[in-house]
Amino acid sequence: MAEHLLEVRDLSVEFHTAAGTVKAVQNVSWHLDRGETLAILGESGSGKSVSASAVMNLIDMPPGRITSGRVLLNGRDMLAMTAEERRRINGARIAMIFQDPLAHLNPVYTVGWQIAEMVTTHGGAARDAQARALELLGRVGIPDPQAAMGRYPHQFSGGQRQRLMIAMALAMKPDILIADEPTTALDVTVQAQVLALLEELQQETGMGLLLITHDLGVVAEIADRVVVMNNGQIVETGLAAEVYRNPQHPYTRKLIDAAPGKGQMPQARDRSGAPLLRAENLHKHYGAFHALKGVGLTIMPGETVAVVGESGSGKSTLARAILRLDDPDSGSILYRGQDLMTMTPRQIFGLRRDLQMVFQDPTQSLNPRMTVFQLISEAWVIHRDILPKAQWKARVAELLVKVGLRPEHAARYPHQFSGGQRQRIAIARALAMEPKLIVCDEAVSALDVSIQAQVIALLDGLRREFGLSYLFIAHDLPVVRDFADRVIVMKSGQIVDEGPVREIFEAPGHPYTRALLAASLDPDPEVQAARRQARASQEERIPA
Amino acid sequence: MSVTDIQTPSEPRDRSTFSRWLSMLWADKLAFFAALFLLVVVLCALVGPLLFGDLATRQNLRGRNAPPFDLSNGWAYVLGADALGRPLLLRIIVAAQNTMMVAAGAVLCSAVIGSGLGLVAGYSRKRAAQWIMRLGDVIMSFPSLLLAVIVLYMLEPSVANIIIVLAITRIPVYLRTTRAEVLEIRERMFVQAARVMGASDRRIVFRHILPVVLPTLVTIATLDFAFVMLAESSLSFLGIGIQAPEITWGLMVSQGRQYLTTAWWLSFWPGLAIILTTLSLNLLSNWLRIALDPAQRWRLEMRGRRNG
Amino acid sequence: MEAPTGAMQQKKGSRATAVPPPTPEGEEGGHMKTFIGKRALASAISLVGLVILVFFLSRLTGDPTNLYLPLDATTEMREQFRELHGFNDPLVVQFGRYVGALVRGDFGNSIRQARPAMEVVLEAFTWTLWLAAITMTLVTAAAIVIGSLAAFKVGGIFDRIATFFSLIGASAPDFWLAIVAIVIFAVNLHWLPTSGTGTALHWVLPVAVLFVRPFGLILQVVRGSMISVLGSAYVKTARAKGVRTRPIIFVHGLRNAMLPVITVIGDQAAAILNGAVVIETIFGFPGIGKLMIDSILLRDFSVVLAAIMVSALAIFIMNLLIDLAYAALDPRIRY
Repeated sequence: MAEHLLEVRDLSVEFHTAAGTVKAVQNVSWHLDRGETLAILGESGSGKSVSASAVMNLIDMPPGRITSGRVLLNGRDMLAMTAEERRRINGARIAMIFQDPLAHLNPVYTVGWQIAEMVTTHGGAARDAQARALELLGRVGIPDPQAAMGRYPHQFSGGQRQRLMIAMALAMKPDILIADEPTTALDVTVQAQVLALLEELQQETGMGLLLITHDLGVVAEIADRVVVMNNGQIVETGLAAEVYRNPQHPYTRKLIDAAPGKGQMPQARDRSGAPLLRAENLHKHYGAFHALKGVGLTIMPGETVAVVGESGSGKSTLARAILRLDDPDSGSILYRGQDLMTMTPRQIFGLRRDLQMVFQDPTQSLNPRMTVFQLISEAWVIHRDILPKAQWKARVAELLVKVGLRPEHAARYPHQFSGGQRQRIAIARALAMEPKLIVCDEAVSALDVSIQAQVIALLDGLRREFGLSYLFIAHDLPVVRDFADRVIVMKSGQIVDEGPVREIFEAPGHPYTRALLAASLDPDPEVQAARRQARASQEERIPA
Repeated sequence: MSVTDIQTPSEPRDRSTFSRWLSMLWADKLAFFAALFLLVVVLCALVGPLLFGDLATRQNLRGRNAPPFDLSNGWAYVLGADALGRPLLLRIIVAAQNTMMVAAGAVLCSAVIGSGLGLVAGYSRKRAAQWIMRLGDVIMSFPSLLLAVIVLYMLEPSVANIIIVLAITRIPVYLRTTRAEVLEIRERMFVQAARVMGASDRRIVFRHILPVVLPTLVTIATLDFAFVMLAESSLSFLGIGIQAPEITWGLMVSQGRQYLTTAWWLSFWPGLAIILTTLSLNLLSNWLRIALDPAQRWRLEMRGRRNG
Repeated sequence: MEAPTGAMQQKKGSRATAVPPPTPEGEEGGHMKTFIGKRALASAISLVGLVILVFFLSRLTGDPTNLYLPLDATTEMREQFRELHGFNDPLVVQFGRYVGALVRGDFGNSIRQARPAMEVVLEAFTWTLWLAAITMTLVTAAAIVIGSLAAFKVGGIFDRIATFFSLIGASAPDFWLAIVAIVIFAVNLHWLPTSGTGTALHWVLPVAVLFVRPFGLILQVVRGSMISVLGSAYVKTARAKGVRTRPIIFVHGLRNAMLPVITVIGDQAAAILNGAVVIETIFGFPGIGKLMIDSILLRDFSVVLAAIMVSALAIFIMNLLIDLAYAALDPRIRY
């Protein structure tokens, strides 16, 4: 049998936690060769990053423990090496980059120092290290590398920070680069650029790339082979295109089916009649920053309007303005013909019943010290006239069933639920108000793909049942494709494109919408391959 | 990777709250014995003066400065006797009441007033918040010794007045902590969610913000209890705190000072009582900090299980 | 009395020492001035309130005449004494006169020592400043090194010993420690003098006793802050880079862990500057704390007020230095 560059054989790791011993991964085996890209695909809790942590010696023991297996680098078992031997491998032969570069870069040292440290740590001279850092900064596309050397991580944008991480990782020309969710927190257009950079660098250096991700699109874009993990075990492995076209395991099929953007798009609606909500010419400044520059929108009864934009586009500011959480500086918001901006606090209080919100992260939007019953029934404590107290218990049970939970969950606290379940609780809380319009601010972005699909299906079903309207804020177009009636695309505080969902997806008018669509990754490797080809030929033409 | 990543939501356990806390306490042996010791101190404070009030004040001129560990005079004299021949052990037990009362009273008053002001200063954006903070600064830099002397001459140095002096000096601690916490918590998503539902300011403050600040306040109060005890002792030691014939541990140390070279035990034992009590409070506070933090509590629950 | 217990008030965010990083260019010069200005204004308001409060409240404690004149002094002599020090006028007039003199830079005279109050105060303050500087330098160095090492292996034997002794240190009443130390080292062993000043040996006991409590408190904060920093994402990155253990603790970790520590160091230093009353009294150390308690007890009002103003100024300057230290340690902080 040929010797692989890196091979993990029968690795099992367990962690001691409050809930007892958790088997994080069981009998996991995979291998990586020079010049290839292997993706480990899995949702949160699948144990997808555990084997990489074992390779990097990053598992804290205790509470972690490696119970079986071997990690072979060129045939040598790393688990049998001394700590000093492993330290010499880290960074020099195997380097790693992480999901949240801001947290993973030391905030108090300059980026030049941090990149140079990689060289000096592994025996390089300080002067060479500086030169190497400068060269790398230029290579990964940081503008004005000389000045960038002396800046701190917080002075860069999210995409640039990930480039800095990559520069640091490549300083010693490692044989292997491990990338743990490298693009998850980034905007779609930036994600495409970072992935392209990784691919380019791999071709240049011939290193093996191990990519850990939850995103089928990322796998389709960059991976040669894929390992699918669920509950700490490998359920399927093979060539990326092969696995997508012909998934063997039911879990893989479920994942592929859950990927958004494949269903029927809703037909355009008739928009005559009185709108439920109409906002006009909203402006909002935060200091010198102009967050909303004259934005307006209309929502009809029973309609789902999606607002899509990247970070800094003003989409969340818009949502908060409409709910009067942050008052806009100027403009008008008419709810059923009444102007919210001129309402008395008393009128606003009455209005709260009709306008509700579901937040991005249910871990933070549910008070950790309240039970599910208290969370849901709070609506009726505040608005006494909705429901007499005798019926609260029954109604909470009913709402829990409606969002796919069980009545006995009412006595529990939020931390006893998974992320998807928590978002269901948040939805039940919003429904308790019996609202007309629910503003969903990135309500599914923090959830796993398969959970995302379930929550969207739930929201859609509730809309039909109660005749609700949604204002759905998202950073990504595919998510809203199967669900929204109308799509509004925002950029830098302005609306750049707006129309029925079909028009936006099938005949996008604005170049920015086209760029967003092009940058979003399709889960099908063949589609992505075709897009890459198209991009490449386009680039060839442009410089000429 | 973090451990919580791979945790599945656990089923709620059926054990009662009390036994769960007890087992968490048992998991930290030092904290367990600290709590036990404090329980003894509190018992002394409650029943000590009733049981030994007379014995502890009866003078016995033959037993003046009797050395410790001599059981010929009876068990009450095991720690020796003071300059008037009164048994030190019983005096320490009786003095526990004043010592505890002053500390508990001062901590309670300063915690309630300080955190109340802190809630206002943190939640309202109005000018009142600014004035509260300036007031905190003034109190902070007002010499507590002067305050004690003023009270001593204006009013009488009773337990209640010492409580007032100490409570005033400790208000800024709670004020600053509460305000800092509130400033952070009021921006959290669940507070926003409550606002979207139309919750009143009062409801947000008392139902959503206070319960989240409370664990921090409890932890600080435990630590501060120890601090106030030391402060009271210092005042008594300097002669501007509690006055004889009332006794506190601090006063006992001070009274024994002039016999330092001939009868060290007069100052030593009450000082040791102070140290053990403050040490216990510090240990308990460290434990509380972990036990009240849902993200850290597993450390105790895990250890508890392994031992049990 | 002593310091606010800072152990709990750990500030969020993070911050080091070993490798001096290039300082960012001075893009904040102007903001810095406004920041200092605002802070000075807030402190000045507090100080004015404090002076007014102290002036009137301190006079409630009684007339100093009887304390300074012999028991058999005649009514005439008493009247003369009062006239001389202006105690006969209504309080408001006395206050007006005091403020008037203040504006001219006159802080009044000490009744007890019959010389300018400010002169008396500055003399005492110099002693205390030295005491604070020596003690806090030792405390800071010891607490940082031991606390960091304890945090590196949480629950290890070194950690347990360090934690236990720091807790005892934080729990010990200083006056008790002082008299126990005197009994052992001065009375029984005759190694060190009991009180006074003069030789270097006179400093050993006061510094050693003052060392104990701040050391215990600061060590706890260093340890706690270091534990959370060592669990942070960027330390994980450093491990993935193959950085050695010592630079991980003292280069990557320490600078980030220092912010909450600096806050507590400031609190503790302020406590000593405000007067380590008990220690100075027991060891007969002529510092500001002893001066304060003597002046309060003997109604030497001008000295009390001058001492309060000097302490307030010192603490204002120290807080400013601490803010500057924050900004120097953490490039994200700008004023």
